[in-house]
Amino acid sequence: MPNYTLNINGSFHTFSADKDTPLLWVLRDELNMVGTKFGCGIAQCGACTVHLDGVAMRSCQLEVSMIENEEITTIEGLSEEGNHPLQEAWKEVDVPQCGYCQAGQIMTAASFLKENTSPSKEEIRQAMHGNLCRCASYNRIEKAVAIAAKKMS
Amino acid sequence: MMNKEEHKFTFSRRNFLKTSVLASGGIIIGFNLLTACKPNATPSIDIENLNFNDFNAFIKISDEGYVTIYSPNPEIGQGVKTSMPMIIAEELDVEWNKVYVAQGKYNKKEYQRQVAGGSQSIRFGWDALRQTGATTRQMLVNAAAAKWGVDASTCKASKGIITNLKGETLNYGEVVKQAALLEVPEKVVLKNPSEYTIIGTNATNVDLDKIVTGKPLFGLDYKAEGMQYVSVLRPPAFGQKLVTFDDSQAKIVNGVSEVIKFGDKVAVLASNTWAAMKGKKALKATWKADQKLESTNDHNIILTNILDSNDTDIRREDGDVKKAFLEADKVLERTYHSPFLPHNCLEPMNFFANVTAEKVHLVGPIQTPQWTAGRVAKLLDRKEDEVELEMTRMGGGFGRRLYGDFALEAAEVSSLAKKPVQVVFSREDDMTDGIYRPSIKYRITASIKNNKITGYHLKEAAINGNMYGLIPHFFPAGCIPNYKVSSGNYKSTITTGAWRAPYTNFLAFAEQSFFDELASELNQDAVQLRIDLLQNVKETKDKNIQYSGKRMEDTIRLAAEKGGWGDAKEGVFQGFSAYYSHNTHVAELAEVELKNGLPVVKKVIAAVDCGILVNPTGAINQVQGGVIDGIGHAMYGDLTFTDGKPSNKNFDTYRLIRMNETPQVEVHFVKNELSPTGLGEPGLPPAGGAVANAIFKAIGKRIYKQPFIHQIEKDKIVG
Repeated sequence: MPNYTLNINGSFHTFSADKDTPLLWVLRDELNMVGTKFGCGIAQCGACTVHLDGVAMRSCQLEVSMIENEEITTIEGLSEEGNHPLQEAWKEVDVPQCGYCQAGQIMTAASFLKENTSPSKEEIRQAMHGNLCRCASYNRIEKAVAIAAKKMS
Repeated sequence: MMNKEEHKFTFSRRNFLKTSVLASGGIIIGFNLLTACKPNATPSIDIENLNFNDFNAFIKISDEGYVTIYSPNPEIGQGVKTSMPMIIAEELDVEWNKVYVAQGKYNKKEYQRQVAGGSQSIRFGWDALRQTGATTRQMLVNAAAAKWGVDASTCKASKGIITNLKGETLNYGEVVKQAALLEVPEKVVLKNPSEYTIIGTNATNVDLDKIVTGKPLFGLDYKAEGMQYVSVLRPPAFGQKLVTFDDSQAKIVNGVSEVIKFGDKVAVLASNTWAAMKGKKALKATWKADQKLESTNDHNIILTNILDSNDTDIRREDGDVKKAFLEADKVLERTYHSPFLPHNCLEPMNFFANVTAEKVHLVGPIQTPQWTAGRVAKLLDRKEDEVELEMTRMGGGFGRRLYGDFALEAAEVSSLAKKPVQVVFSREDDMTDGIYRPSIKYRITASIKNNKITGYHLKEAAINGNMYGLIPHFFPAGCIPNYKVSSGNYKSTITTGAWRAPYTNFLAFAEQSFFDELASELNQDAVQLRIDLLQNVKETKDKNIQYSGKRMEDTIRLAAEKGGWGDAKEGVFQGFSAYYSHNTHVAELAEVELKNGLPVVKKVIAAVDCGILVNPTGAINQVQGGVIDGIGHAMYGDLTFTDGKPSNKNFDTYRLIRMNETPQVEVHFVKNELSPTGLGEPGLPPAGGAVANAIFKAIGKRIYKQPFIHQIEKDKIVG
């Protein structure tokens, strides 16, 4: 198996894997970064969302051989102290029920708020619609994104 | 019914199981909970072999006064890991922000009812959790009093500090060792609800920091030295068996270490999940079936035949329904149909097992640790006390994680491979190897005479099981003089089981839609009709009728008032629904608007009577989630079968509700001081009916079948 070096959360990680291995499984199984979750494997649920050069992407679709020169950010690296305005807002609103989808939700929202610093309610609902929450904590996710947007602008 | 405590508990010293000094300092206290429950307490979930014995909770107090509370019950997102320890902390009288909450392990000797199911954790736990906290507090006070040489009744405890009349203080940690050696007090005084400082305040999810920073918490996050990831090939259709398999292509996948056949399944073991999944895809297998494989079309005919037959089991019968129907001015009959539903927990099924000569170590997300540990012991022919089971946080349960099939697979594969393994379902495995909400048909017939409802017959045709427990005695039992419930059943090879609010998740829609139609027939207001009917049950002496006419009426009135029933704005269409399940009364008012001719659910106003509110933020979250989950599955949820094979495998074709389709849910609680009841399920059942009734107002068409989306798209108002 070939070796790959990836730049994740500001540090370089070298490992061997098949070239078609999705980033998701490298993060989870090889590098012990389990915050990025497996939900569907076909980019439909958003639980595995990470940032590639700051843009939200589904890590289940990113083959390791394609992303060697990119800057990857996972939930573990979103903020140093777990205090990104979105993480703070999530705590303020007490968003999670089971909590499984929430890292992916936060990563999608973080990328979205970089592009749109003062989103409308409808824009938030559209931007977040790719991330499933099976417990349906949607009202609170929506509220937390709006609070974080206000704090960040 | 309104003013009496619904569940009486008695306590004795025998309930207090363990008080032992820890080697590491501090004491640990256990309290047996179910012996505290009334002997005929009926859990409102009825799953064969589920072991509802009893349960208890632990408090650990260190010499420094830090308090650890072990939450005994599995956490699936329903919030008990936060709310159960809150109840102990309240009576123990410590500051909530100084409490550390840990998940208790499966422990048959110390904990008993370690189950997440039926929304019963809080209801069954309420008295015993308070007793646990209060008894511990009293022992600490007694120890402090002895140290001071004063009468314990002159000392007070608050926020972890004991104070005597002179104003001297000792904190819990300073007396904890002495307290552990004392007799357990026979009687302790519980707080009056007006004295509560923790119960009724918002406590955010105890795992919140870990969740938002991506720390390991869930089953799939668990790792062990030398662990192999396992992907399992199972029969693609229900009713099939394995004939042959060829693993030559699987074995050459990088990372695959071994391929093992067990039963009609083939396990691929690998050094990472991706390799295990690739290896499974590379397996070639042939399958056979001994009988005709089942399809949805067959089920539809079978269920209709059951409804048409006179061969159903009578579940409740009052008066003479047949006579009422014969003498009626009008008989209204409607049939409602639900599809199968997969649970689709976002964390796919998984479990870790390491079977060695010494013990069977299991780790993972499971709603029924006790039952599962027992089944694993039996499967492997081991003693139950050789099974050590650790519960992780669960990425959803919804009933699917009651069944433990995934834990048994992990145990069997580990036993055969002699390695630690983690069985991981892909989404496709999870959706196609389900234990589904069964397809059901309800036929409801009602007679009207002199503009009154005189008779009512609810007939159920279901797959693999029927409505359980007291459901036949739910509303409108006791409200209509001639009343009958009967059930028929068909045994299928498709595996079915509990799905969030089993049976009532669909029955409530059928019944609450039917009452809306009855109100139209009677030319009465839909809310007033329900309130009028409820008057008839208020004086009932029938012990099977556990819903309260008064509490239901109050809940309905609260929802109608907060939602402005009958006072909708131009372009807003209201629908109403009310349902009692899992010991909680809920009423919901849905608001629908038309967008491009399609009805869109914009808002739901829910009123809930769950007694004392333990954790308002958690309670609101449960109700909001339950309502949206109920709407999502009523609108879109659909799983059909062709020759034993499920129609959907993943979220590209299986539709779950998403944020842009989600209404705002406003939640109100009826205020009272009655014992609290659970909230994981009861918010869900009324949602479908409220929405269907609002859609009728918007487009003038009744919906009789889930998912609603098929009919909505057909009836789209063009122009």
